[in-house]
Parts: sequence; C-alpha cells; structure tokens
Amino acid sequence: MSLVPRSRFKAESGSLSRRTFLTASLAAGGGLLLTLKLPLSAWGAASGAGPVDLNAFVQIDPDGTVRLIMPYVEMGQGTYTSISMLIAEELEVDLSQVQYEHAPPNDKLYANPLIGFQMTGGSTAIRATWQPLREAGAAARMMLISAAALDWSVDETSCQAAKGEVIHLPSNRRLSYGQLAARAATLPVPDKVRLKDRKEFTLIGKPAKRLDAPAKVNGTAVFGIDAKIPGMKIATIAACPVFGGKLKSVDESKALAVKDVTQVVQLEDAVAVVAQHMGAAKKGLAALEIEWDEGRNATLSTADIVSQMEAASQKPGVIARNTGDVDKAMAGAKIKLDAIYQLPFLAHTTMEPINCTVHVKKDSCEIWVGTQVMTRAQSVAASITGLPPEKVTVHNHLLGGGFGRRLEVDFIGQAVKIATHVDGPVKVVWTREEDIQHDMYRPYFFDRISAGLDLDGMPVAWHHRITGSSILARFAPPAFKNGFDPDTVDGAVEPPYAFPNVLVDYVRHEPPGIPTAFWRSVGPSHTIFVVEGFIDELAAAAKKDPVEYRLALLKDVPRARAVLQLAAEKSGWGQDLPDRTGRGASVQSVFGTFMAQIAQVNVSNEGQVHVERVVCAVDCGIAVNPDTIKAQIQGAIIYGLTAALHGEITLKNGRVEQSNFDNYRALYINEVPNIDVHIVDSAEAPGGMGEPGTSALPPAIVNAIFAATGVRIRKLPIGKVAVKAG
Amino acid sequence: MPDQSVDVDEITMAFTTRINGINHSVDVDGDTPLLWVIRDVLGMTGTKFGCGRALCGACTVHMDGNPVRSCAIPIERVGDAAIVTIEAIGETPAGKNVQKAWLDLEVVQCGYCQSGQIMAATALLAANPNPNDDDITNAMSGNICRCGTYLRIRDAIKAAAQSLSPHIQNG
Repeated sequence: MSLVPRSRFKAESGSLSRRTFLTASLAAGGGLLLTLKLPLSAWGAASGAGPVDLNAFVQIDPDGTVRLIMPYVEMGQGTYTSISMLIAEELEVDLSQVQYEHAPPNDKLYANPLIGFQMTGGSTAIRATWQPLREAGAAARMMLISAAALDWSVDETSCQAAKGEVIHLPSNRRLSYGQLAARAATLPVPDKVRLKDRKEFTLIGKPAKRLDAPAKVNGTAVFGIDAKIPGMKIATIAACPVFGGKLKSVDESKALAVKDVTQVVQLEDAVAVVAQHMGAAKKGLAALEIEWDEGRNATLSTADIVSQMEAASQKPGVIARNTGDVDKAMAGAKIKLDAIYQLPFLAHTTMEPINCTVHVKKDSCEIWVGTQVMTRAQSVAASITGLPPEKVTVHNHLLGGGFGRRLEVDFIGQAVKIATHVDGPVKVVWTREEDIQHDMYRPYFFDRISAGLDLDGMPVAWHHRITGSSILARFAPPAFKNGFDPDTVDGAVEPPYAFPNVLVDYVRHEPPGIPTAFWRSVGPSHTIFVVEGFIDELAAAAKKDPVEYRLALLKDVPRARAVLQLAAEKSGWGQDLPDRTGRGASVQSVFGTFMAQIAQVNVSNEGQVHVERVVCAVDCGIAVNPDTIKAQIQGAIIYGLTAALHGEITLKNGRVEQSNFDNYRALYINEVPNIDVHIVDSAEAPGGMGEPGTSALPPAIVNAIFAATGVRIRKLPIGKVAVKAG
Repeated sequence: MPDQSVDVDEITMAFTTRINGINHSVDVDGDTPLLWVIRDVLGMTGTKFGCGRALCGACTVHMDGNPVRSCAIPIERVGDAAIVTIEAIGETPAGKNVQKAWLDLEVVQCGYCQSGQIMAATALLAANPNPNDDDITNAMSGNICRCGTYLRIRDAIKAAAQSLSPHIQNG
C-alpha cells in the first residue's frame, strides 16, 4: 500500500537503508536466539505507535531447526515462503529447515517497519524484510562459523557453511548448526556482515514450493472460520441494512423456537442469533422480524453520492503536486482535452466469509481470527471489554483472502460485543449477503482530468483533480496531513511520464452512509485507470501509436520503458487483428515495481466484451520467488478484470443492492483470459508484488476496447456501457 | 452397508449419514444443509462455506460420486447416499493425482476455495479421465477462486489426467 513515501521514478520506495541492529543470546533449551532491532522508516515512525525495540526473532534450536517468528500473515501471497527464503539464503540452510510461527500481537516487537505497526498489506512484507532478514541470516552464519573454528582451533577462513553445517575444508570435519548454536550464542555479533552478491544466491530467484500448500490441498489447513474451541457456539448476524441505522425492536421468540438456537443477542445496530451450528443460526435469523430505525441515510442512493461528488469536484482541492505552470501551458496548447473518469464502490468478497471467534471471560479474552492487523484486533477487544490489552490473546490463522478487507477490525469488535453476552466461546460467521452488504468499500472516485498538447501532439500541460474518500484519514490519521492523502493520489502525483507542467489536486469527499476501506492495489486501483486511460486519449488525439507515444514520454525512465517494450513485443503489438478486436496498453510504476500490460480484447456486435489475452511484463527488482510472482500477477489480473467487467456496489434506499455472487459477480474459469507473465531480470531491491497486477489491468482493457471499437470508456464497470456495433 | 438412515425416533429427527465411509448420527432439523452438518456438527472443516446458495462451489462434496454443493443439500435429502469430502478424497486414484498435480503446479494461493476445486476436478476425472478444455470448463465453471488460480487449475487437471492415464493424449 502506498502508505510508504516514494521518490520520483525510483523504485526504492520505503526501502530500509539503515543497518539492522542484532543481538544474540542463549535461547531456552540451548539454542541461538537472534533478535533484530529494525529502524522504522521515517514514515513508519510518523504513522505508527512509537519506537520499536526488537522486531523479529530468529532462533536456531539444538536440533538444527531454524525458527522464525513471522510477523506477516499469509493470505495467499506466499509470504511465509518468500520470507523464509531470505533467512535461509544467507544462513545457508535448506528451506525445509525453516519453521515459522505466527507472531503474537505486539507493535513494540513486530511492527512492520515501513508502516509503523504490525500490519500485513500494501505489498510491503518483502520490502520490509529484504535487508534485515538477510543480515540476520548472514550474522548467524558468521557466528556459527566462528563457533566451529573455536571448537576446532582453526582459522575461520578455512571453514565454510553449507546446508546447516559448518565444514572445516582441509580436514572435512563437520559440525551441525544445532551442535554449534549454544556456543555461537556466547559470541559477539559481528559488526559488519557481508551479504551475498545475487550471483551467489542459491534460493532467491529460483522457484520455491509454497510451504503452506500441502495443507491446502487435503483439507487440513486451518483458516479463522475453521477454529474449533470446546463448547463453542455459532452465531450469525444481521446488521441494520442501512449504514448508521439502529435496531428498533425484535421479537426473539421466533428464532428461539428454532431447534438448536440457544440465544438471540441484540446489539445497538444488529441482531445475532446464537446456535449449536450455522444452519440453525441462519434459520433462526431468517425467522426474525426485525424493525430498524434506519436513520438519516434511509433514502440515500448512489446517484445522490455521485452528484455530491460532482459538485465537490468543481472546486480546487489540496495541491498534491504543482510543477511548472499548468494554466499558462494550457493556454498555449494547440489541442486541449478534458474528461471525467469515474470508478465505483467495490466490495472485497474474500472467499472465506468474514468471521471471528471470541471467548470473553471474567479476566481475559481470547480471539481466533485471520487478520492483517493483529494489534488492532487486540486493542479493539480491549476497549470493548475494558480489559488491558495484555489480557487479550489473539490467535492468528490463515486468511482465506485479505484484499484489504482484513485490514479492518469492524467485525472483530462486533464479535467481541456479541461474545460479551454469550457464556463460553462463540464463532460469529457472516453470510455472504452480510459480507457484501456490510463490507467497507473501495471508494467511489470522481476524477476530472485535462491536458494540453503542443503542435507535435506531445503534452505540455496535465491537470488531474481527484475527488473521493480518504481511507488514510480514518485508518492512520497521523499519515493524513493538511488534507493531503498520499495513498489516494499515489500513481497520479508521479506518473512516469515526462510532463513539463503538472498539477494534481485532491478534494476529499466522504460519502455519507457507506464506509470506505483499502482494496487490492489501494490508491493506484483508481489512479492508474485514470492516468493510463487518459494518456491513451492523448495518443489518439495526437494520432500516434499508444505504445510509441508512451515510450517517447518515458525516455528518462528506463525500467518503465523496458517493461512496456517487452510487453508490446510479446503481445505482437502492431500485428493485424480481426475486426472488433484490439490491443490496449498500460504502464505503471507503483509499489516499487514497474509493470506493463497489453490486453487483447474482442467486442461482439452485441457489445459483449471478451478478453482473449493479457501479456504482462514486470520489473519488480530481484524476484525472490519467481513462481509466486507469476501467481500473484495472474491472480491480480483476474481480480482487476473481475472489477473492470462487473464490479459495482450501488445503494438504493440506503441499502447495498448487491447480495451474493449472482449479482456481485466473480469471474469463473470460463471467463478467464490467457495470461503471459514475463519477469525482467533485475539487480534492484525487490518491489511489492501483491497489488500491481490489479491496478494495471483495467486501463489496458478499456484501451483495447477503444482500439477494437473506437468507443472510449471512462467509467467502470464496463459491463453497463454500450459498446455495440453501429 | 446396513441401512442406518431410518431412525425410529421421529421427534428428535436424527439422521444418519455416511461420510467418508463412516456413519454419523446427527440430531438436527431436516432442512439443515449438509454443509453445516459436516462442518459444525461433525467438525470436519475441510469443506468450506462460501456463499450459501450454490453459487461458488467452495462447499463441493461428492454424493454417490457426483459433485454437489453441500450448502444447498438438506440433510433429509442425503438419505443413505455415500458422501465423500476433501479429507478422504486422497484415498481415490483421481483424488490423489489431483492433489499431487495441485502441488506440482503450485495452484494454491489463499487456498480457501481449493477443497471445492479439488472435489470438482476429482469428480470430473473419475467420470472422464481424458477431459478436453471444454470438459474442464463445464465441470469447473461453478467454482469461484478470488485469488484467480484458474489457469493453474486448468493445467493441473490436465497434468492429473495425464498421470492417471499416461497412455491417453489430452484432447
């Protein structure tokens, strides 16, 4: 997520340049325990909970097992595997020797140094761990070698580490890391560590099997929804269908008459039915007649929100960037273009429906959940129960998808409230309908964008005004300063193009009656669509090839040029296509990663959009686990395509109109294009990988539709826009 | 198998269901979806809840060998049909090969939908050991994966078919 500051055109966004501080000690049981003290990025320090004392832990047990306390959660992105690779690479152990366990919630110990608190998101995990975990591995390796050299009374330079052993080369004597761990723990941590050159990597850069995969193919993987606590009840919930509304009254008897229903819990804005199993809970909830006080949003519709945003967008916003003199340049331009781009509210629909299991006891509280924000889960429970945070235990689980939804703790707080009324543990499970109708949504955006071109058709002025919700202002208030939200404008402030005069301003407009939150690819999920759609309009106005036009504006950004050229080449850019079939391009530099996509789309005479193929070229720096990178891009493209074609949450009478996968569509296998991913060899530090594929996709699709039909689409989703022939 | 599905005590509406070869008696309302019997009453959590309306396929199990959405099958309609879930599918040749192909091709991401995907794929291969692309599309088009693992699912089904019947060329 672009909670991380970035400098122009550079991919080192949020990188940690300062040294990691390591300390070593003897672990219980005789192992070597390394603790890492990580400097927070300036941003992390500003937005977070304060200084971080000790950040991550690596332990080598007497049996040689390397144990990693994993502050980052696994939601499909492969982070358990990729992070384990970093330590294994420098430590010289096989990946199979590394075991990991979820870190407990503790911002002091496990803050994400790029964010400032314990959070997984924003494609930051590898960027945050790349340097410190390799340094920790290298330091441990050097200490183990020293321990062996002392043991053998030989020179360290005659020893080498490999596969969890230290070998004395002249004599071929060997000692395992487990045998050496206790002695190594008594040695000083080296002042300087030498990290491997990338040519020396044996793990990084080679496809590694996901460590979490075996349990995910035989039903043994335990997600939050699979938590089983003795005596546990199951609850499901109906919150007021209008956001901000309250419960007026409910006759509990109809639910209580259902077999296996044990209890009805009334909250201020919701009703939960508690039962022995979800079947009974759902049946009990369906039997209830609930009266709501719908409150002031009772008549709200999407059209109301959009007209408010349109009005708000008329006035200048907070300036995010002002380079040169846009007004003057625009006045002198030969061709002027302006457009309005709009993006809808979107739900996340993680496959694992929202759930949280809670046991509130007299002096403590236990929570079983899959969350991207462990410490926030703990603190929301503490504030509701009145318990000190240390009395709240959070057991984290695998996440059945995150996509930003599990950065929020609304459902955790709700489950804790329900649990305070229940004797014993209770698992609160939302139905899919509740998930879609009480999500926190990717905001609606209403963007005005204009440009002036010179005689050659090249841009001399670029003005982009963004109007929409600031998630950051709610999510991380210290990061929202003077009306400026660096996430919402990310991808718009610094498009990679050489624009001489640029003005980007931001009008914060919080829609009434609908909560907003981060969604996969966060700020760029909207900005890249606008920037890459509009640059395509400029190319068309200049009567130039859209790829050539972009390349001309990218001459100072070689990594962006390279990915665009590669994607164009692999896609057959410029080669003839059948009637009503076209190719569209996008290129972006966000999350520390450069990416280009070329989509090939056919539009039927009836307006049916068929995406045949997507070619993606990516330069994400050093590719830690290349197969995971390909998987992330394939998945991110499908996530973005789903949204581009179908994704739209609308309100009528204050209620979300969509309810399940029949009217809030997900793509099925028959709708998925061929996707080719090409990874550029790079020596740069790794960039983020979970998000970029999603933001780059929608503009490539609408640009391809333009190439196929001449119809320019500036509003998503595409599904409702007529692109019929004739 | 003796027929144990008829319970004399109609007041408690107990049902006996054969899952993975073992009979389980459960005392629930007859309209309780099989999914919740499997997950909440019997505690077998490999079968997943996704939509509750047979739209996503996460809850797919086999009923007498056919893939069904357990969220939409009331327990009273299961009768003495044999139910197989993800926990036991690896004991069948098709299931074992599908699971192996899933690992070989690194299909999973978050993994939540994969129980259902594997159950659907296994039913396909058990019935049709040499599926072509259309067969795969038809069999798998009710299973949603929000991580977007579809391309690998398709490839893994082909790989599993190949290892099941190595002498047959994939169509």
